[in-house]
Amino acid sequence: MPEIVPMPKLGFDMAEGKLVRKVKQEGEAVQKGDILAEIETDKATVEVESSVSGVVKGWLVEEGQPVPVGASMAVVGAPDEVVDLNVYRAGSGGAAPASAPVAEARSVATGTPVTAAASTAPSAPPVTQPSVTREAGIPAAAAPSGHAPASPIARRIADEAGIDIHLVAGTGPGGRITKKDVEAYLRTPPAPALPRPPAAVPGVTAPEDQIVPLTRLRQIIARRMTESKQTVPQFYVTTEIDMAAAMDLRKQINALLPDERKASVNDLVVKAAALALRQFPNVNASFAGDKVIRKGRVNVGIAVAVEGGLLTVVVKDTDQKPIAQIAAEAKAMIARARAGKVQGADIEGSTFSVSNLGMYDAENFIAIINPPEAAILATGAVREIPVVKDGALAPGLRLKVTCSADHRVTDGAEVAQFLQAVKKNLEEPLRLLV
Amino acid sequence: MPILTIREAVSQALWEEMERDPNVIIMGEEVGVWGGTYAVTKGFYDHFGAERVRDTPIAEGVIVGAAVGAAMNGLRPVAEIMTINFAFLALDQIVNHAAKIRSMFGGQFKCPLVVRTTSGGGKQLGATHSQTPDVIFAHFPGLKVVAPATPADAKGLLKASIRTDDPVLFIEHSTLYQERGEVPEDKDFVLPIGKSDVKRRGKDVTLVTYSKMLQITLQAVQQLAAEGIEAEVIDLRTLRPLDMEPVYESFKKTNRAVIVEEGWRSYGVGAEVAARLYEECFDYLDAPIQRVAQKEVPLPYSAELEKSAIPNPNEVVKAVKAVM
Repeated sequence: MPEIVPMPKLGFDMAEGKLVRKVKQEGEAVQKGDILAEIETDKATVEVESSVSGVVKGWLVEEGQPVPVGASMAVVGAPDEVVDLNVYRAGSGGAAPASAPVAEARSVATGTPVTAAASTAPSAPPVTQPSVTREAGIPAAAAPSGHAPASPIARRIADEAGIDIHLVAGTGPGGRITKKDVEAYLRTPPAPALPRPPAAVPGVTAPEDQIVPLTRLRQIIARRMTESKQTVPQFYVTTEIDMAAAMDLRKQINALLPDERKASVNDLVVKAAALALRQFPNVNASFAGDKVIRKGRVNVGIAVAVEGGLLTVVVKDTDQKPIAQIAAEAKAMIARARAGKVQGADIEGSTFSVSNLGMYDAENFIAIINPPEAAILATGAVREIPVVKDGALAPGLRLKVTCSADHRVTDGAEVAQFLQAVKKNLEEPLRLLV
Repeated sequence: MPILTIREAVSQALWEEMERDPNVIIMGEEVGVWGGTYAVTKGFYDHFGAERVRDTPIAEGVIVGAAVGAAMNGLRPVAEIMTINFAFLALDQIVNHAAKIRSMFGGQFKCPLVVRTTSGGGKQLGATHSQTPDVIFAHFPGLKVVAPATPADAKGLLKASIRTDDPVLFIEHSTLYQERGEVPEDKDFVLPIGKSDVKRRGKDVTLVTYSKMLQITLQAVQQLAAEGIEAEVIDLRTLRPLDMEPVYESFKKTNRAVIVEEGWRSYGVGAEVAARLYEECFDYLDAPIQRVAQKEVPLPYSAELEKSAIPNPNEVVKAVKAVM
């Protein structure tokens, strides 16, 4: 029996992935465990292993194509097995290739036929098409019969909203349309009409605008940050920390450690924040409609700039780990993130984040909360500045940090006290070691 | 509120009911002089006397048969069958006599009998002594089947079982006797038979379970919560009558369900609960309902094999992810 290789689900909220590269070509032999393909999710590029040994009978989707979770990507069979790929193609979940005829879809708003957006915008590569487009009626899991496998609750919500269930892309197992898919569809506003190009002004030659399609990472950042700013009432508290003792301690610690375990200033801040979070469970929390979930674990996420965006890598149980371990784990994960080889576990489960722009000499900045977390700490550079000590000017090493927090979960007084705890941990840095 | 083990809670319920009503008697193997196989009736023989705490021969048919007769004639016997595996020897007395007397005699007789027994595996007692055949008994109308998972539920439901005029099979789990929890001191603390109980609130998935599997399910729920999945957990507490209202209410909110039971999957509690959800809540369904149950083999004696046959938290987590 031929084995189908589906788009794997690599995270709780993953709905689709993009086939980035076919590592094994049609006709090539594979062993169980060999890398078959590289896929790109919202968060990372990940390798897909073959679960069986055999020969790649064929690919059902093209490189660069978005594929719903669970939809078929390739078929692997025995060397002498004859496989009719068309049988599998019918059920494959990828969006129709650009060369395929584009179906006409009924406009939801007007009930009149409109041509799918894809055909009026031939310059837009299919890659950048979101899976859920209200006007582009390409059923993502178009079985030949036109039957969309949909859960009963999904059908009911679609009926009540007066939309055709076939317009919704299914992301459940086997491409099933679930409640989440219909709700996502209903949230997506209809695609606006394309703006007319402005009339050219004679005699003036200006440099042309550059159109940059959004990468998946950019799309996800845009969506999540907008959601955060629009739905989370954020407030901000700033404090300044005397880092002299911490910098001294760091020097001493690092003298004892091999390079791969040497601690950065950020590692100290992360550890200081983690210990403070243990004291202030409301800052290590999530707002959930009618309740607040205080997280049992303290998992601090560290924002990492990567090409085209940023990722948050997560040191699990940060409050429990020694600084050298935090440093080693963070270094390894940051290296993977920058190489585009981040693993699912690296980026999951954060309960609080730290964002650091100190390496770019930023004095201080304000970060946007990363939902569903309740707070984020933005740290600048440790600067040598004049400070007043016992009535006289003296050189000092100071760090400014700003905590953004969700006012639905916590209040100014609490966050200020949380920052006092962070400050104390860094100003009396032996606290980080005990 | 005092913290008691399930053993202490069951013992306290029996003691209080015997103090309250002189018609309540206990009978079974080793329940008297020895104090019970699980030490539940320790001290009862000395306090209440041989008339009311009766050791019987090793003959389950006799124990339940005599108890049915006593119940028909005005006593309220609590008969103990050492394990549910031995209740098969009294199947006729339980399902053909106790369960049917009231309706077959048009209400002229009633049968206020409690059969206490233990169910469940996990103690390396071999295939014949480790079964969880609770559903077999729940199949018969006329018999109430109660299976609590916490000390408070054990006390409140046992007192209710003794006070009800219908026969009750009261199933304790053989590995839960050390389970601790708060138990009300009130001598009239009685819980209604046939009411499921929401043991944890959540919005993402409905987990339905009972008895020992409540523990397993709650362990799985901790793992799930760490991944951001908030499960609602419903303890059925009573298999007959089966109270589905809280399950329906929860499912209409979550649209997903997993049923966790220690017994075998075929014809099990999961099958029954899933069927009722499909019948009553079809329009709310977002994913096929999953069942977690014992592997379909006679339970092995080997500790490792036994462990792998009985549901564990990882299997529950896996089933939940399959419906998400």
